[in-house]
Amino acid sequence: MAMKIGEKPFFDRVDDALQDDFMRESMARAQDGLRGKKIAATEADEEIGDWEDWRSAGEEIRRHTLENLDYYLELLTDNFARRGGHVFFAETAEEANEYIQQVAKEKNAKSVTKAKSMVTEEIGMNEALEEIGCQVYETDLAEYILQAEEGDRPSHIVVPSLHKNKSQIRDTLAEKAGYTGTDKPEEITSFARSQLRDVFMNADIGITGCNFGVAESGSVALVTNEGNANMVTSFPKTQITVMGMERLVPTWKELDVMVNLLSRSAVGQKITTYVTNLTPELEDDSADGSKEFHLVVVDGGRSKALGTEFQSALHCIRCAACVNVCPVYRHIGGHAYGSIYQGPIGAVLSPILGGYEEYGELPYASSLCAACTEACPVKIPLHELLIRHRENYVEQGYADKSEKLAMKAFGIGTSTPSLFKMATKGAPVFAKPFVKEDSISKGPGPMKLWTRIREFPAPGNENFRKWFMEHKKGGSRDA
Amino acid sequence: MKISLFVTCLGELFYQNPAKDMVEVLERLGCEIDFPQGQICCGQPAFNSGYRKEAQKAAKQMITSFESSEYIVAPSGSCAGMFKEYPGLFREDPVWQEKAQKAADKTYEFTQFIVNVLKMEDVGAVFPAKATYHTSCHMMRLLKETDSPFKLLKNVKGLELLPLANSYDCCGFGGTFSIKMVPISEQMVDEKIRHVEDTGAEVLITADGGCLMNIKGRMDRKGKPIEVKHIAQILNSRV
Repeated sequence: MAMKIGEKPFFDRVDDALQDDFMRESMARAQDGLRGKKIAATEADEEIGDWEDWRSAGEEIRRHTLENLDYYLELLTDNFARRGGHVFFAETAEEANEYIQQVAKEKNAKSVTKAKSMVTEEIGMNEALEEIGCQVYETDLAEYILQAEEGDRPSHIVVPSLHKNKSQIRDTLAEKAGYTGTDKPEEITSFARSQLRDVFMNADIGITGCNFGVAESGSVALVTNEGNANMVTSFPKTQITVMGMERLVPTWKELDVMVNLLSRSAVGQKITTYVTNLTPELEDDSADGSKEFHLVVVDGGRSKALGTEFQSALHCIRCAACVNVCPVYRHIGGHAYGSIYQGPIGAVLSPILGGYEEYGELPYASSLCAACTEACPVKIPLHELLIRHRENYVEQGYADKSEKLAMKAFGIGTSTPSLFKMATKGAPVFAKPFVKEDSISKGPGPMKLWTRIREFPAPGNENFRKWFMEHKKGGSRDA
Repeated sequence: MKISLFVTCLGELFYQNPAKDMVEVLERLGCEIDFPQGQICCGQPAFNSGYRKEAQKAAKQMITSFESSEYIVAPSGSCAGMFKEYPGLFREDPVWQEKAQKAADKTYEFTQFIVNVLKMEDVGAVFPAKATYHTSCHMMRLLKETDSPFKLLKNVKGLELLPLANSYDCCGFGGTFSIKMVPISEQMVDEKIRHVEDTGAEVLITADGGCLMNIKGRMDRKGKPIEVKHIAQILNSRV
């Protein structure tokens, strides 16, 4: 399944979304609720000083890290390996999955527990493990619910099951997992908890993503709320961490800044319930038998962005702050993007990782209102990157011919004053057949798209330049 | 103070009355206004759609037209904001980039100019009505101008300004977005209209031609009785 969600074309996905009243209501409610929480934990939190300074620090750290990515990746992986951990660099999703399959085979693993991770969704790891006969258990509550639904995918980077309501969840668990309780969230949670206890204890391998690798010590930091990541990383004798190759910080000092930015921006918490740090054990450290650590570093197309105008997209720390303020996401939800990375960052990242053929429409699914750029805790200029994608899309010949022609005409029209003068004079005349009262309800040509849902203003009959000249001479105005 | 009027293509073609109101308000505040004849359009439709070369053509025309201006003042936050994009648009052309920077530095949106340059907050307007104000995204986030319209509207006699819920959400215009993504744009503008209706306002005020065209166009289509006005019309109102 990997990064892509569904096979339908973009506008069909949008139509499906717009008909899903529950989903839309829930997106709007989530956005409105998170806004206040985030403000309280950021701009309005006097304890931390100026939030803008934090954002600048975050940007600086991410930029520095990405500019020196080769150095810090080497430092991280060397330190990880020095402590006995195994490191694998995967250029593609397939390579990553093959390595993970191989580890599972070597361990003769039957049961794998997982903490929530976007990168494992991106590479389609669960399917790869199921192919070789492993049972994979999602243990994050939201992912657990999506997994029970069989084939449901995340609609939000941080809250994957945001599109589902309590009763849908109850019904799913009743049908698939024998749940007999009510739709009370506490009851559902305690059911999931009881189901997962044995699973945690009996797992052969635990797999997590990686919020941040810490280069100076070869550690992996996980920022979570439910505590399931601790269970996933505690019991099994084999531990695999899958990380996007850009997800690291130089030292613990920077980790502190990034964890603050992440938890405050993502969920409006000063800090999450757990920040779990894993470092491979040197052999003599271990009291209860040695544990095997694997770190799978996934490129998956990321390096294509290095050294380009899109490098800053790799600064992303997956907090979804941009998603939570996006007015487009608000109405169409996550699945309409057709990628597990949705909202503004999804519209920037998905075409980088998956190409324009598959994700070329996404950069246009934005009104460029720049709410995303304003919200980003590491100051990624998201709306500017969306425009850059559009430029590439046009330059690489994906845009349709009529649009190209129209824009060519625009370029000529807006650089030739005599033509524009003619147009302002001619507009009222040309528009006249379409004008009723003082607007146009059914426009010709491209105006048709506008008038599908709105009135188009009738061009004014008076020539503004003429008025201005007369006005300067002391003329009066009649309207 | 000498200023050059950048009327914007929407202003010139469709919103001539607000443009005239803007001229009259600024003159009353002591500005001497000229109108550079070479001006056409800021180029935003091409810029936002990924047509850089075409946007550069439009931008060069504007930069040249306003080269000798001291201040460029526009009745639209979005179009004024586009001038701020010019230096980036010429990032590979240092000669034009320098000119672009000069143009960007002297460009102001109408209310921003009155409050921040003329240092005026009361223009002596009278407009007895219940109204609410739509904050345009580009004015707020690209031009970083949020307070000026409110400062001016606060001093309009008779005007009761009602707070608008979710004022930070886009109205769904977004230039070509409004015709490329019609179903999404429709939902966005409809939500905006619902919030406007909830205020109980008779008039919706905005400082941006694009948002005005979008919200008014949709309200008219749905037969909503709320008037949509440009802020210049309010500030030039005396009765």
